[in-house]
Amino acid sequence: MKGAELKLPGLPGGLVAVVRRDLQLAWRRPGDVLNPLFFFAIVSTLFPLAVGPDAEQLAQNGAGVLWMAALLAALLSLNSLFLNDYEDGTLEQMLLSPQPLPLLVLAKSIAHWLVSGLPLVLVSPLIAISFQMPARSTTVMMLTLALGTVSLSLLGSIGAGLTVGLNRGNALLSLLILPLAMPILIFGARTVSLAAAEDAVSAGLYFLGAYCMLALTLAPFATAAALKISNE
Amino acid sequence: MWTFVHKLSSPPYFYGLAARMAPWFAGAGLLPIGYGTVAGLFFAPPDYQQGDAFRIIYVHVPAAYLSMLAYIVMAATAGIGLIWRMKLAHAVAAAAAPLGAWFTFLALMTGSIWGRPMWGTWWEWGDPRLTSELILLFLYFGYMALRAAIDDPTRADRASAVLALVGAVNVPIIHFSVEWWSSLHQGPTLVREGGPAIEPAMMWPLLAMIFGFSLLFGALLLSRVRTEVLFRERRARWVRKLVYPEETA
Repeated sequence: MKGAELKLPGLPGGLVAVVRRDLQLAWRRPGDVLNPLFFFAIVSTLFPLAVGPDAEQLAQNGAGVLWMAALLAALLSLNSLFLNDYEDGTLEQMLLSPQPLPLLVLAKSIAHWLVSGLPLVLVSPLIAISFQMPARSTTVMMLTLALGTVSLSLLGSIGAGLTVGLNRGNALLSLLILPLAMPILIFGARTVSLAAAEDAVSAGLYFLGAYCMLALTLAPFATAAALKISNE
Repeated sequence: MWTFVHKLSSPPYFYGLAARMAPWFAGAGLLPIGYGTVAGLFFAPPDYQQGDAFRIIYVHVPAAYLSMLAYIVMAATAGIGLIWRMKLAHAVAAAAAPLGAWFTFLALMTGSIWGRPMWGTWWEWGDPRLTSELILLFLYFGYMALRAAIDDPTRADRASAVLALVGAVNVPIIHFSVEWWSSLHQGPTLVREGGPAIEPAMMWPLLAMIFGFSLLFGALLLSRVRTEVLFRERRARWVRKLVYPEETA
């Protein structure tokens, strides 16, 4: 076996390979993608049923409800972020691979956002219309949801890394992540409300953008540390 | 210096040292607490607006202060334990969490009791500090739940340390974002530009209480770390010697 030394892809190559693999896995198991989306739709449906069909009230509180539903739906899908890889041993290979672990983790978070966060962002206008939320807030809402779900995928990956392989992982993950996610919820929901009231929204959007950048730079390292600890 | 740190991180040495230091902390803490209680409840003049109801600050402010200090202690020792793999630091972090949670609860409860006559409500969502204090309580719960969920002690230590550090990065962000709401809470009176805006007869008992509570926290922390060390080292020879002195003698 002359010249059979392992040729590694570079950093971008490694990133793309992991993203592509996760997208392919999601494509072949559509339930993982669709279930959080259905959950998002159902929770949003519960709201008018619970508080009554009063259009004014729905329009006023719609932003908060949409954001809460998005937060819970994102949490629902986070539990399985590393679970399958943990069970079939892929995660161990990732830990052993010469590629830097934070990069692989970042790739997994990107893939997770593409299959769970992005669909929520795309579906949210439909729900906003059904709540009769003002049309002018729709763009802002999609923007806040896009920035917020990226941050949630990254923040949640830390929790998923810490709880992977634990029996009681699911409820525990929510307990760990929800308090940390509160700034995202506050700024996301409030910015949409401000947009509906035709107020200035740039402060909220800047904050969400800054949080997203902070999560992009720091969270993969924390997740990598968490995964190493979980697999010691 | 380093030899002292090494000595300190040895469980039997620390166990003995903590046993000797805890009573001193407790004794030194009870003095200012005693002075603060008497002076605060009986000698400080009633507030011109709030009457005697303001006197709850002598418990509320120290508790709120310690709820945050305990988190800092927890995160700092967790970080030390994670970086230098010092087991004793992890034991301190584990011992600080329930104490911090209790101080947070105390701050929330006294604040709520004070809020009833002052704001006319037990709970006010519009107040940022109340809300961030509640989130702090949830952070403590999450930390303790993660610890409890992991059976392997080393993994529990290290995983919860990562969580504590992530939380420490997030706490200022949480505080700032919650502050974005309009505030009902009293502005700062002790530490602010232009000197404290509080009558000295009210201030000294408050400072004494903060000082005394901190020392009491130190005493409680030391004795909690002792039990934690004892439990973790339950299979070690020195613990056996401690429990059954006649066996080896």
